[in-house]
Amino acid sequence: MQKTLKKYFVVFTVPTLIAFCLAFVVPFVMGLYLSFCKFTTVTNAEFVGLKNYFRAFEEPDFLNATWFTVRFAVIAIISINVLSFVMALLLTRKIKGTNLFRTVFFMPNLIGGIILGYIWQSMINAILVNYGTTLVANAKFGYIGLIVLMNWQMIGYMMIIYIAGLQNVPTDLIEAAHIDGATARQTLFRVKIPMVMPSISICLFLTLSNCFKLFDQNLALTAGAPSKKTAMMALDIYNTFYGRSGFEGVGQAKAVMFFIVVATIALTQLRFTRSKEVEQ
Amino acid sequence: MKTRKAVNHVVFVLLCILIVLFLTPIFFIILNSFKGKLFISDNPFALPTAETFAGLSNYINGVEKTNFFAAFGWSLFITVFSVIAIILLTSMTAYYITRVKSKFTSLIYYMFAFSMIVPFQMVMFTMSKLANTLHLNNPWGMVILYVGFGSGLSVFMFSGFVKSIPIEIEEAAMIDGCTPLQTYFGVVMPILKPTAITVAILNAMWIWNDYLLPYLVIGVSTNYKTIPVVVQYLVGSYGAKDMGAMMALLVLAIIPIVIFYLACQKYIIEGVVAGAVKG
Repeated sequence: MQKTLKKYFVVFTVPTLIAFCLAFVVPFVMGLYLSFCKFTTVTNAEFVGLKNYFRAFEEPDFLNATWFTVRFAVIAIISINVLSFVMALLLTRKIKGTNLFRTVFFMPNLIGGIILGYIWQSMINAILVNYGTTLVANAKFGYIGLIVLMNWQMIGYMMIIYIAGLQNVPTDLIEAAHIDGATARQTLFRVKIPMVMPSISICLFLTLSNCFKLFDQNLALTAGAPSKKTAMMALDIYNTFYGRSGFEGVGQAKAVMFFIVVATIALTQLRFTRSKEVEQ
Repeated sequence: MKTRKAVNHVVFVLLCILIVLFLTPIFFIILNSFKGKLFISDNPFALPTAETFAGLSNYINGVEKTNFFAAFGWSLFITVFSVIAIILLTSMTAYYITRVKSKFTSLIYYMFAFSMIVPFQMVMFTMSKLANTLHLNNPWGMVILYVGFGSGLSVFMFSGFVKSIPIEIEEAAMIDGCTPLQTYFGVVMPILKPTAITVAILNAMWIWNDYLLPYLVIGVSTNYKTIPVVVQYLVGSYGAKDMGAMMALLVLAIIPIVIFYLACQKYIIEGVVAGAVKG
């Protein structure tokens, strides 16, 4: 069968491969190369070695954006996962209206980042106007606002995954724990949590990569104001490319470092939590 | 058992409070979209009164300023055709690279998997320059680019599923004289349907909401603006902000998503769970 199918290579794979090369492979390779060049358009590149990388590290804005991203991601990842897990526990208690709750909690996840950002921007400003200030007056407001927004958006999504995980825990395991005299707390920490480790590793992966790569919400909520203090890495890279002429190479070098950071963290996390999963 | 019941009552009340908190932002924009733009900042959480009620004027204003219905049409066009193309093309590719074992096909597989962890910023600049050079700055060009960007996750998910299909069924079809294309469309594709629904939902969600790709490739000076692009265009850079039009536009932007969600809720939730477990 392989032999006959092999002749159909062009029909089965070439259209996808062309699109994939146009959107990803060629731009990726070019981007990698251009990070070592000085250029304004792609055609006038001049090789400069590691200069772009050194220049990126000399920029306080970039270092600040990196630090802001880390501070944001840590708090957001913890709060989203803890809250969504608690809500998943509440919604697997067979309470009436469970379906309605699930439907509403999941809904924000479907609304796009730009629209979410402006909804929250207008609401937070409406609250702050009573205190005579605005969202962009203080970097703290932007920081807290972004965390609240991400919780609002992602809790429902993670909750759905945790619910599916909890429903897959065999009831006889929980009954056995109950008969052996385990308290509710022991059942939770010794039976349920170890059994839902696969869900936990997926949720950590999703929250981690979404938080680190966040762009739309950041742009819409504060666009980095005041004075780029609330800009995250993705937004800083965007500003370097499109906000300042002559810095394209630096922007590309930042993007390469961003890619390495995101890929390393995501893969390390996957390996770490996968090793904690129990065989079912 | 009695304590469990009591606890459940407390939990129910708690969930009701949470649901109100969750819906507050939505109520907030709906409420204010019916107020005159000058009254919104005065008392943002109050219901519209006879004095502040503005009827549909914010909506008319917002729609006119942004040509919202055209944006809705282009968003729909790009999303629908991209999703159809992704389902058709990536499932065929996944089938081929799973069934034909060679160094080349496994290289392709790993490249698709690799593309999933690369952030968009890495290829953003070079991709938009390339797209402009090749004149992809139109809705059909966007469809091609979305197939490229969506192929990583989609090929990965389809491959996982094709592996679980017993090869005997296809072999039987081939012995009966089917060509690989007939086998694929007659036998394999119907089996792939559940995965196809998952892939369709995951892709539709991000393509519909995507801002940066259409903004960079198509831009704001053409007629092909999508919904996220017009929202950012009106609200982000319109000089003096028209709060009323902004609220109305945000409500209009949410309506299609809510309708779609309520209509296909079961598939969306199942699809998201299945996508997370496999991805």
